[in-house]
Amino acid sequence: MVESIEAAVVVVGAGPAGLAAACCLGEVGEDVLLVDEAPRPGGQIWRHRQASDLPAGAHQWLKRLVATPVRSLTGTAVVDVGADGSLVAESAETTLQIRGRTVVLATGARELFLPFPGWTLPGVLGVGGGQALVKSGADVRDLSVVLAGSGPLLLPVAALLASRGAQLRLIAEQAPRADVVRFGAGLWRNAKKISEAFGYRWQTLKAPYRLGVWAVAAHGDSQVREVELTDGRRTWSEPCDLLCCSYGLVANTELARLLGCRIDSGRVEVDRYQSTSQENVYCVGESTGIGGAEKSIVDGQVAAAHIAGESGQLRALERHRTRLQRFSKDLDRAFRPRPELADRLLPETIICRCEDVRWGDLDSRWGIRQAKLYTRLGMGPCQGRVCGAAVRSLCGWDADSVRPPVQPCRLSSLMRGSAAEI
Amino acid sequence: MPVIKVSINGTETSVEEGTSVAAALFNNGVWCYRTSVDGSPRAPLCAMGICFECRVTIDGHAHRRACMESCRAGMEVVTGG
Repeated sequence: MVESIEAAVVVVGAGPAGLAAACCLGEVGEDVLLVDEAPRPGGQIWRHRQASDLPAGAHQWLKRLVATPVRSLTGTAVVDVGADGSLVAESAETTLQIRGRTVVLATGARELFLPFPGWTLPGVLGVGGGQALVKSGADVRDLSVVLAGSGPLLLPVAALLASRGAQLRLIAEQAPRADVVRFGAGLWRNAKKISEAFGYRWQTLKAPYRLGVWAVAAHGDSQVREVELTDGRRTWSEPCDLLCCSYGLVANTELARLLGCRIDSGRVEVDRYQSTSQENVYCVGESTGIGGAEKSIVDGQVAAAHIAGESGQLRALERHRTRLQRFSKDLDRAFRPRPELADRLLPETIICRCEDVRWGDLDSRWGIRQAKLYTRLGMGPCQGRVCGAAVRSLCGWDADSVRPPVQPCRLSSLMRGSAAEI
Repeated sequence: MPVIKVSINGTETSVEEGTSVAAALFNNGVWCYRTSVDGSPRAPLCAMGICFECRVTIDGHAHRRACMESCRAGMEVVTGG
């Protein structure tokens, strides 16, 4: 069954950026449809089972959403773009064809995973992955956990896991001490972020927080049992039931690419009003560059003010955003993955998890196209969302195109309910 | 939190309402959500809908992402496919 829906503004993604855009537009009387594939709005950072689990700031945005006339469709994923520019979405039951005069993309970011031997073992997951699983109700009491990888997400996730009774054995940050210290010193402009960091560290004091340490292998039979770590000189093992390991975030740009928006350095290119290179398509939040929830909210407010023609607020919002963009740049520089992360890959280490393509199957003289044709790398259900960023980092290959549908969907959604269209 | 019943690989179990299918499987000691091309067990990596490692059969529908769906009363989940 295909349902047709129209709205003046369609917002894709109900994380902080999308919520802010939808609420601000809804509050000035715009006709807004907000679409998100998760069962509840909030995105990844505000993932929750009940609203009372959320921090006050997040709760406030969700309350604002309910108070506006914004139509909110959860459990609905945008999978394709029709020839007329409409968005094709599907829920568990129906296919929707959504037409909007203006589209605001707020598709967020995913984690950067860099392969290492054993990373496919059950129990090895992302840092944000561990957080998402716990927020979705996973019980980690008494499980022994190692957090490894990079970036400011390590500490809040460590704090969350500790508060839920996990035994933290180690928090390993791959970035060199000097870079992390410089990043910390640069935070003087942002007292709130400093106090947050100290707060998280205070809650995780029982676990050592080591800088310049990274995971080189995970071992186990049918699940992870221990992780091998190194500081570049010495290698040692820590037993664990869960290993959370990822290297920061990468923007989700698939839908923007499909809509023809220009991409720059892995991010959707936008102007000062969050307009993309495509007319009437805006992009807000992490898809335009990783900067955190606070920047995402301001992005959403800027786009909303521009769409609604409320230029009065724009200047103040833009100033605020400039300050947050500086934080985003510092973040990028300090937590860049070190080249040694690739040193311990073995020929049998899996790179593409969907198709079980191994490091030894790939040839550094190829490009992404040869890799796809010869090995099926990036051609499984995730469509290269995981291995694409990994081979960009390992081989310099750029997954430069996207093909519809942007994620696996029902045939009936591709057919839009009409045999004449195929 | 209210508790509902779901079936995991044929065994009925109680879960708190709002729990994702992925978390319910995790809490019930399931470590193999799906079997990979070469036969090895796989479980959630991203837990946010990106990696497709957690796909299971839900109420007869194959390839559903366990991390993206909340448990519903009477839901039947089959793993290992």
